[in-house]
Amino acid sequence: MEDMLFYDRMQFAFTITFHYLFPQLTMGLSLLIVYFKWKFLRTHIDKYNDAAKFWMKIFALNFAMGVVTGIPMEFQFGTNWAKFSELTGGIIGQTLAMEGMFSFFLESSFLGLFLFGEKLLGHKLHFLTGFLVFLGSWASGYLIIATHSWMQYPVGYEVLENGKFVLNNFGALFSNPWLLPSYLHNQAASMVTSSFVVAAIGAFYILNNKHHEFGKLFVKTGVIFGLISSLLVAFPTGDLAAKNVVKHQPVTFAAMEGIFHTEDGGSEIVLIGQPNIREKKLDNKIAVPNILSFLTYQDWNAEIKGLDQFDPDVYPTNIPGLYYAYHIMVGLGTIFIGLMLLATLQLFRKKLYTTKWILWAIVFMLPFPYIANTTGWYTAELGRQPWLVYNLLRTSEGASPTVSSGNTLFTLLGFIGLYLLLGLLFLMLAGKIINKGPELEKHA
Amino acid sequence: MELFWYIVLMTMLAVYVILDGYDFGAGIVHLFFSKTEQDKKAITNAIGPFWDANEVWLIASGGVLFFAFPTLYASSFSGFYLPLMMILWLLIFRAIGLELRGQVHNKMWEAVWDKAFGISSLLLALFFGVALGNVVRGVNLGGVVDGVSTHEAHYFFLPLWNPSFSPHSEELGVIDWFTLLLGIISVVALTIHGANWIIYKTNSDLNEKLKTVVFNLNIALVALVIISVTIWHIIEPNPFHNFIKTPMLWIFPLIMLTGLFGTFKVKSFKKHGIGFLFSSLFLLGGLTSTVASIFPKVLPSTNNINPDLTLYNVAAHEYGLNIGIYWFAIAVVLVAAYMFIQYKVFSGKMDDVGYGEH
Ligand code: HDD
Ligand code: HEM
Ligand code: HEM
Repeated sequence: MEDMLFYDRMQFAFTITFHYLFPQLTMGLSLLIVYFKWKFLRTHIDKYNDAAKFWMKIFALNFAMGVVTGIPMEFQFGTNWAKFSELTGGIIGQTLAMEGMFSFFLESSFLGLFLFGEKLLGHKLHFLTGFLVFLGSWASGYLIIATHSWMQYPVGYEVLENGKFVLNNFGALFSNPWLLPSYLHNQAASMVTSSFVVAAIGAFYILNNKHHEFGKLFVKTGVIFGLISSLLVAFPTGDLAAKNVVKHQPVTFAAMEGIFHTEDGGSEIVLIGQPNIREKKLDNKIAVPNILSFLTYQDWNAEIKGLDQFDPDVYPTNIPGLYYAYHIMVGLGTIFIGLMLLATLQLFRKKLYTTKWILWAIVFMLPFPYIANTTGWYTAELGRQPWLVYNLLRTSEGASPTVSSGNTLFTLLGFIGLYLLLGLLFLMLAGKIINKGPELEKHA
Repeated sequence: MELFWYIVLMTMLAVYVILDGYDFGAGIVHLFFSKTEQDKKAITNAIGPFWDANEVWLIASGGVLFFAFPTLYASSFSGFYLPLMMILWLLIFRAIGLELRGQVHNKMWEAVWDKAFGISSLLLALFFGVALGNVVRGVNLGGVVDGVSTHEAHYFFLPLWNPSFSPHSEELGVIDWFTLLLGIISVVALTIHGANWIIYKTNSDLNEKLKTVVFNLNIALVALVIISVTIWHIIEPNPFHNFIKTPMLWIFPLIMLTGLFGTFKVKSFKKHGIGFLFSSLFLLGGLTSTVASIFPKVLPSTNNINPDLTLYNVAAHEYGLNIGIYWFAIAVVLVAAYMFIQYKVFSGKMDDVGYGEH
């Protein structure tokens, strides 16, 4: 039983982590493509249309990866978490079914038109199809996060005698206080990913002395969007997300921040330190006094509950993992803001395109938004443990009763092999598109 | 309310089979009948802008199943664990075969992805038929061994096959000679369907040849249908009892037969879309007839200890089902509009779309 659960969890974690590498770019990039296309409609400068076309190629590849890795997600609720699906399907099935009906149809119908219909449609309608793809992907994010928010903070339900959760208030699913901060934070984070990717490819072109025009355009667009979204990620959205956790999952918050003991007169904020679970303390700690209390409650001396105030039975199961995930996310967020501020400054002094070290830093940053997004999700998911539905249904009660560990390990290995192949192919083909660059198309 | 969602779900699945069915069929045609680069181009152009949206019907049907019939979703998805995972992997291979082929111009690269696309289409068509076979045959609900359930009454687990390969064995498997027969029917029917789509959507040189293929395969299909209906009596002694009780249901087999025999006139159709229409009717009629014959069961039990799963004992709670109607109604209108626009813009022949060229 124990290792069965372990493989189920590994498989879910592996497949969802891999899946989310793609939608985070899809969602942000669709907005940037719409922006390029809109600039073209306003200025009629071909450069913008070519930029839109170039990113559409990356988008199409990325989208295909998102789709093929997304379908297994939809199936796995039933295959690996049958008990969970049976008990909560009447509720989370609601938002998941809506996602399929409202967003996936929208996205996929218009993506075909967007990719192959430019000649048939003319520029204005082409812009519109792009906009609808953008709308579809953001709606998809909204509905999936609505689903997820219900697992973090269940609302609008009642529990029947047979243990089934049934919906009694549809509207509550969407006015869930967890939903809006989480959604905005997640979307801002996906804008970070896409802006950084666009800027990094631009910087790569400038440093390579290739496609210079586009290099500049990409760096400029990426840096401006990158600065805005990095700021939004931290404030107000990250701040609001954290406040939700303090309020509704205080034990999770204590573990995220590495607070083992409740302190009188305000909590310090930990910058660095390694959780030592046995001795209930942080090793090698560097911390600034009272800041955490202020950030959380706008009061330097407010009390923040430490782990010592809770029953170990409800501790998150992986406290060090949770702590690191959270600190990596926040640490990277701070670095992103710093870099983008510097780059914007140079942009205004008209020196950005010649400041080599910043361009190098931008290229080097490319993988880090992906890491920040992934660790952010690990914060949310590890923080929810040991619950599947917070405070109501334990993860151990949600797995499929009849699927043996041997079968799950078999499919986990299958997914690992297959996704390794997909990842390699993606990198190879994206590399090829980027290397070829946005050649100036012949304009008829 | 359950009945309403049951009809919705079955309709969505039928739409899925008709739409993605032509994709699979096109893949099979691609595997066996396309010789030149031009043939291949014609085939991928004919399905390129559509396959993704078609596959959404599967995802959306899955979503509706999850939300309206959570117990069925949980029971069948965990019980058919292995075949579903293989279907997932095949769907992945098929999609990347189609998407990645045109990205690199190299003979070996193209050959590999052509085969990936073709073979996974073939196997998917087979598996979906096998799946239907399993639903008709039923499963050992509750995992009964020697008269005792080993799981809760609505859970089960099926291995891929059993040693005796028989649908009457104590220990059932996903694949046995009965389900395999339905798998083969599905392959033949979808090949016809896919060929009809290609004839409809392209001006390729392949079309004349495909008409002959459709005609010949249709002969085989008639034979297979007769065999399967005969054999059905071995699985279910009284397969027509629903039809006898409610004669209106005969409309479904009638639709199927119209489609089946209409297809024989493939060579004389003036308009290219008609063949496709007939093969769609065949699929629609075949599916609805099968479903109608086991109604209201959705997954029969093969033991007499645990009851069948019916649409009434697997459904979600009233409130959710009621409220779902509101958003579903809006969504259906939108989806219909998208489809209208999509097929309008890409109406007519598709030879020049340039799918997958970069
Ligand atoms: C570029 C990525 C990125 C960056 C720089 C940050 N985050 Fe984040 N964070 C995410 C990407 C992310 C995410 C992947 O998008 C998550 C996972 C769940 C969610 O809704 O957003 C998330 C979750 C998440 C949670 C957990 C919410 C939950 O349990 O559901 C908290 C408390 C924060 N974030 C707070 C912050 C703060 C205070 C940041 C300060 C800079 C920060 N994040 C930067
Ligand atoms: C895309 C970002 C996401 C990532 C990276 C992610 C990551 C994870 C990880 C690491 C686990 C395993 C936790 C553990 O077992 O200790 C997990 C579990 C799970 N997550 Fe997520 N998740 C994401 C989004 C979602 C969403 C949107 C949902 C709901 C719709 C969801 C539902 C679940 C479920 C059902 C489990 C299984 C039970 C469990 O082990 O907790 N996840 N996820
Ligand atoms: C934070 C978590 C998630 C977000 C923001 C997200 C978002 C998206 C987006 C924007 C797409 C569009 C295409 C692309 O990926 O490039 C997509 C595809 C998909 N996602 Fe996710 N997803 C998340 C997690 C999940 C989970 C937990 C499931 C399982 C229910 C899931 C199921 C799917 C499916 C089935 C597709 C394919 C849709 C199609 O064919 O168009 N996703 N996702």
